[in-house]
Amino acid sequence: MTALVSPVVPETIPSATPYLQMRGITKAFGTLLANDHVDLTVRDREIHAVVGENGAGKTTLMNILYGLIHPDSGEIVIDGSPVRIRGPRDAIAVGIGMVHQHFQLVPVMTVAENVVLGQEPGGIVVDRRAAVRQVGELSERFGLVVDPTARVETLPVGVQQRVELLKILYRGSRLLVFDEPTAVLTPQETDELFEILRGLVAGGKTVILITHKLNEVMAISERVTVLRQGRNAGELETAKTSPAEIARAMVGREVLLRVERDEAHIGEERLRLDGLKANSDRQLPALDGIDLTIRSGEIVGIAGVSGNGQLELAEVIAGLRPVTDGHVFLGGEDVAHQTTAERRVHGLAYIPEDRQARGLVLPFDVKDNLILGSQSRPPFAQRGQRNSDAVDERAKELIQRYDIRPPDPEAPAQSLSGGNQQKVVVARELAENPKVLVAAEPARGLDVGATEFIHRQLIEQRDHGLAILLISSELDEIFSLSDSIAVIYRGHIVEVVPSAAADRERIGLLMAGGTIEGGTPSASQVAQAAAALANEPPGTPPVESAHQ
Amino acid sequence: MDIVNTFATILARPDLWAGTLRFAAPLTLAALGGVISERSGVVNIAMEGMMLVGAFFAVLVGAATHDIVLATLASVLCGGLIATFHGVASIHLRANQIVSGMAINLFALGLTSFLMFRFYATSGTPSDIPALPDVNIPVINSIPFVGAVIGDLNSIVWVSILAVPVTWWFLFRTRIGLRIRAVGEHPRAADTLGVSVFRMRYLCVILSGLFSGLGGAYLALSVAHSFSDNMTSGAGFIALAAMIFGKWHPVGAFLACLLFGFGQSLGINLQGTGFPDQLVAATPYVLTVVALAGFVGRAVAPAADGVPYEVGE
Repeated sequence: MTALVSPVVPETIPSATPYLQMRGITKAFGTLLANDHVDLTVRDREIHAVVGENGAGKTTLMNILYGLIHPDSGEIVIDGSPVRIRGPRDAIAVGIGMVHQHFQLVPVMTVAENVVLGQEPGGIVVDRRAAVRQVGELSERFGLVVDPTARVETLPVGVQQRVELLKILYRGSRLLVFDEPTAVLTPQETDELFEILRGLVAGGKTVILITHKLNEVMAISERVTVLRQGRNAGELETAKTSPAEIARAMVGREVLLRVERDEAHIGEERLRLDGLKANSDRQLPALDGIDLTIRSGEIVGIAGVSGNGQLELAEVIAGLRPVTDGHVFLGGEDVAHQTTAERRVHGLAYIPEDRQARGLVLPFDVKDNLILGSQSRPPFAQRGQRNSDAVDERAKELIQRYDIRPPDPEAPAQSLSGGNQQKVVVARELAENPKVLVAAEPARGLDVGATEFIHRQLIEQRDHGLAILLISSELDEIFSLSDSIAVIYRGHIVEVVPSAAADRERIGLLMAGGTIEGGTPSASQVAQAAAALANEPPGTPPVESAHQ
Repeated sequence: MDIVNTFATILARPDLWAGTLRFAAPLTLAALGGVISERSGVVNIAMEGMMLVGAFFAVLVGAATHDIVLATLASVLCGGLIATFHGVASIHLRANQIVSGMAINLFALGLTSFLMFRFYATSGTPSDIPALPDVNIPVINSIPFVGAVIGDLNSIVWVSILAVPVTWWFLFRTRIGLRIRAVGEHPRAADTLGVSVFRMRYLCVILSGLFSGLGGAYLALSVAHSFSDNMTSGAGFIALAAMIFGKWHPVGAFLACLLFGFGQSLGINLQGTGFPDQLVAATPYVLTVVALAGFVGRAVAPAADGVPYEVGE
């Protein structure tokens, strides 16, 4: 461990004086060292990426820089002079601006009001005309198209982010910190943001980009600082490194960027959907006669632009959404009108798309979350009473097998990181030896290490004969895990192809509604499909595949 | 036919309309205070208690000094002091704001009852306390009907009416108002821009106490010219309802207070006509329930109303 503390500095360029230096930053939350003598050096007018797994201390470091958290020790030097940052006000004063991961915007107020808040033009009365004018000028100067008089809540997410950016530009910040800015953006919006960032740097700004997406690091940054478990784990020149090297520094070991899997050993039919129909929440037809068969030992991936019925498909199979017509055969029996509990008894497992809302009861502790769904069956319940010993034993076993951290069965689920929360869900769903697994976005929001772990589990289970229906909006995830790919478009399965024979371009076109029925896709559909395909810049390994 | 005639006669009475304004005045003051407090994100159901304490100290200081300015000032400051307790509990200590507000209401009732017994147990409050002056407007006074309605109202009635546009201007046009509303909607956004959430909230809670205190002074030094146990008898809660009915907007709250004032005035004017005046007096409250149940559109509170702010969360 100690050997890893010393940063790897391949080449230092002495000519450029650093604009920002953070030295020996240490911050403990209770017994957890979120930052352990972290150093960060950012040069003037560069785009500097700070990367690390979830929980590596990136956000803590940036919150310290912005004065939201006070470090236990360490110093911050800007442009050669040490500064003390006791709060956001101080940070703003020394030219630091931050675009937070969760936007800090007042939804019911206008763009101009949000931008000028705290530094309003005028005297006692806000000079609203001046505010609108100044924000308009600013947005023109930096090419950030936005109507200053629009109410923020009416704006799309990408535009809201521009408002966040305008807020810090209005305050004349020179150092702009972006905390996971692309997490909420579509691929097109991400491209636009990167254009804006390049423009800002050309205009004399310095940018820190916090992320765990390696393709973004490669695409836009000049240098990278890697954090791991609260410590420095490397400082790299983007041009002289590779995603594999960064991933290794982040995780601390060699990471399999491509999922290894053997040939599928396909067995008997496990799940068959026959003319399945269901409605969306708004009571409009969402599934329009789905026919699909999944057999033991195979992973069938559902590819599609989100909103084409994937979510409804998962819920209908799981029993959370009523079937309006058709059949769901689970091991030969039609369960279309059975309850979720009955389906679980028939061997159905379900990893929901939203683990926090549906996969876990967040305030409950890990051990109770690990037996949810089986809580009223033996051995966990006997004669109507809870059998604590059995619950404890199961928790101990699963925590060990899935390496759930912290290994504390009493910890509330909400205190776990996203990756460990997902491990709890996966561990529980696989614990009762299911026959069919519906996995919806199993790696959404997870970092490299956690994604790799979850994917390995899915492949392992498939090799043991589980039938898996994989629903993902990440085409790379579909391609790397599936044995066959079913393309869904407007509630229809338009094609099922073996993944070995699948062609990305063709799948992308089908997702946008091309071919079949002779229809030509509209321009926007092609754009959507192209965006889904464009996640992977040519020439880089598909690291980014699963964790966008 | 009889009923129609009765109502026509009553509606033509200037007394009815002057009474509407008189009854609305203390409600308006308390409701405006509530609007300010809740716009900053602190739920305030303690207007009742703040008014009651204000009313008592108006009488106590008035009886001791015979000075109307001091008496009013005492009332306003006591309202502010009680509000400060609510502020400390709900802002610094992050207590449940409903519970804190209710505790203040109960405390106010107990405190004033106790002090009432302690000072005026046998005789009741003295009659030589000063009164808030009426404003006699000679020109308007000579206009028929209008003169009888607004020609001779109490000064506080005018203050309450003027307070409506002033509060609106304060909240929606000034820099501090913008910050207050930002703090009430999204305190973290305001905090990240260097706006002090605590300072804004304390300011607003205390302002609401000052407003309620003035409302209490008006009840004691003009309407009743005395203090009696629980004399506010729910006025603070009616103001609370008006604030919600008025969708946390000063003008909306004022209109709601006028409606409630009208109901009370109508009830009094119907006395002796044989018509069940209680029924009429109840209509504004029935209207409120109906309105809040969704017939006038959903009332949307400030997003962070009632949510304590935790620094560095």
